[in-house]
Amino acid sequence: MVPIDYYVALSAVLFTIGALGVLTRRNAIIIFMSIELMLNAGNLLFVAFARMYEALSGQIFVFFVMTVAAAEVAVGLALIVAVFRTKNTINIDEASTLKG
Amino acid sequence: MSGYSLTDLVNTLPITFLLLWALVLVLVEAFAKRSSLTMVLAAVGLMAAIVLSVMQFGVESSAFKGMLTIDGYAIFIYVLVLGSGLLSILLSYDYNRRMGWARGEYYILMLFSIAGAMLMASAANLIVVFLALELLSIPLYILAAFVPNNAASEEAGLKYFLLGAFAGGFVLYGIALIYGATGATDLTEVVAAIPTTQSPVFILAGAALLLIGLGFKVAVVPFHMWTPDVYEGAPTPVTAYMAVVAKAGGFAALLRVFISAFPSVAADLVPVLSALVILTLVVGNLAALAQKNIKRMFAYSSISHAGFIMMAFVTYGQPGLYADAVTSVLFYLLAFAVTSFGSWAVVIALEQAEGKGLNFEDYAGLGRKYPVLSAAMLVFLLSFAGVPPTLGFGGKFFLFRTVLEGGYTGLAIVGVLASLVSAYYYLRVVIFMYFHDGEPQVRSEPALNLVTALTAVGTIFLFLFSGQLLAWASQAVLALL
Repeated sequence: MVPIDYYVALSAVLFTIGALGVLTRRNAIIIFMSIELMLNAGNLLFVAFARMYEALSGQIFVFFVMTVAAAEVAVGLALIVAVFRTKNTINIDEASTLKG
Repeated sequence: MSGYSLTDLVNTLPITFLLLWALVLVLVEAFAKRSSLTMVLAAVGLMAAIVLSVMQFGVESSAFKGMLTIDGYAIFIYVLVLGSGLLSILLSYDYNRRMGWARGEYYILMLFSIAGAMLMASAANLIVVFLALELLSIPLYILAAFVPNNAASEEAGLKYFLLGAFAGGFVLYGIALIYGATGATDLTEVVAAIPTTQSPVFILAGAALLLIGLGFKVAVVPFHMWTPDVYEGAPTPVTAYMAVVAKAGGFAALLRVFISAFPSVAADLVPVLSALVILTLVVGNLAALAQKNIKRMFAYSSISHAGFIMMAFVTYGQPGLYADAVTSVLFYLLAFAVTSFGSWAVVIALEQAEGKGLNFEDYAGLGRKYPVLSAAMLVFLLSFAGVPPTLGFGGKFFLFRTVLEGGYTGLAIVGVLASLVSAYYYLRVVIFMYFHDGEPQVRSEPALNLVTALTAVGTIFLFLFSGQLLAWASQAVLALL
């Protein structure tokens, strides 16, 4: 069996990649993918710990998280499409109607 | 094995009723296609939910195998967010029609989001905190982007969405770490498992990530970047709603989670929390000074109010004091809600199509031409600044008292200085209203006037009964301990 530490390390790496992606990328879709990566890092952690504790609860939470992520995709992509239709770009640096 | 019973539904009746009502309204809207009908039914549903909530006051119960707790604290927040929802709907109807986007789903989305805020106040399990946070937020992303073919509104929605989902990722990862350290997500099980955990660093990291995630929602510096843009771009009634309900929901969950599950990390968090408070007060107030657009000014002012509320939260770990801390947070939230809705009602009355009528210059001459409206605005601005005899003064007074009792004199001094600075930018609006000449354009409409009158009277009248309100709030808190 793979030791739990490996899972924790992998998920920490995934989470960091996701967070850095959000902070450094400028394309709304790629930012959104990075956020999904962060959520999946959380999922991986849940599943790994559920196995460690031999409890099902952690595995069930993952289903909830996947549902929430699906709802977020629906809303998020719709918003990105709406912005693209109005501005013809999804680069968030050019989304600067509002500032001050 | 026992399943769920009717008792669970009865105990959570305000929430389950509101959710079912919202689902029914989806059908009503789909078949009747009349936004005015949906609006009236949504308002009726909110009023019924307020009655159901008040009926449960004083009864302490839990539902769905301990996932939700219904106590006085939760009921206080229920009534607060339901009332805020009602005021938002009153503000929205005429506004949406005259701006040209009267759509029924607007009110339905608002109901779902309110149910999310109520669940946040009741959440006794970390996974419920996450789900409630998303239920509160996802409809709000849509509401912020509700204006069709409008770059500012769509941009506001997108920014709110990206940063809100980012914050959700932090909350989830924090919960996963806490689950890893304790094997539980139920708050009572978490607190029971903390002393024997083999990885205390996970607890601290998890609590910190939760703090970051919820900090985004309530907009404390440095997690506030989205606030001014979203507040400016979103339709004004949505901004009013967001400012109060998202804050109330965020703080409700923050207080319950940290007080019930993490008193052990309080000592480690005090410096972090104090730094957050000071940063929030300084940045919020200084940035507000530089604004010319009233929506952005109120956005920064709401950031600084989040800083004030956070101030009471610093003391949460001291035994014997957290009851006071929570009471003053609840009172401050109430004061902020009443004042905030009043001021947004005035902003809506002056706002014109295509984002005009939102600069300070547009308020010039208001005092002479519309003395009642400008007197109401004066009351709200004084209340925001914390001048007696207004509710805002009561809120700040109890807050500073709690902070001083906790021994954080320095923090209280920063708070007082911040209120002084804030008086400057609030009074700038007053100067424009009373000492500049102009031809303000004002929309006068019954629902709008009703909200303005109710909140203006409430701001002064409720102050006279602060003692009773405070007693009510502290009674609500007793259940939490």
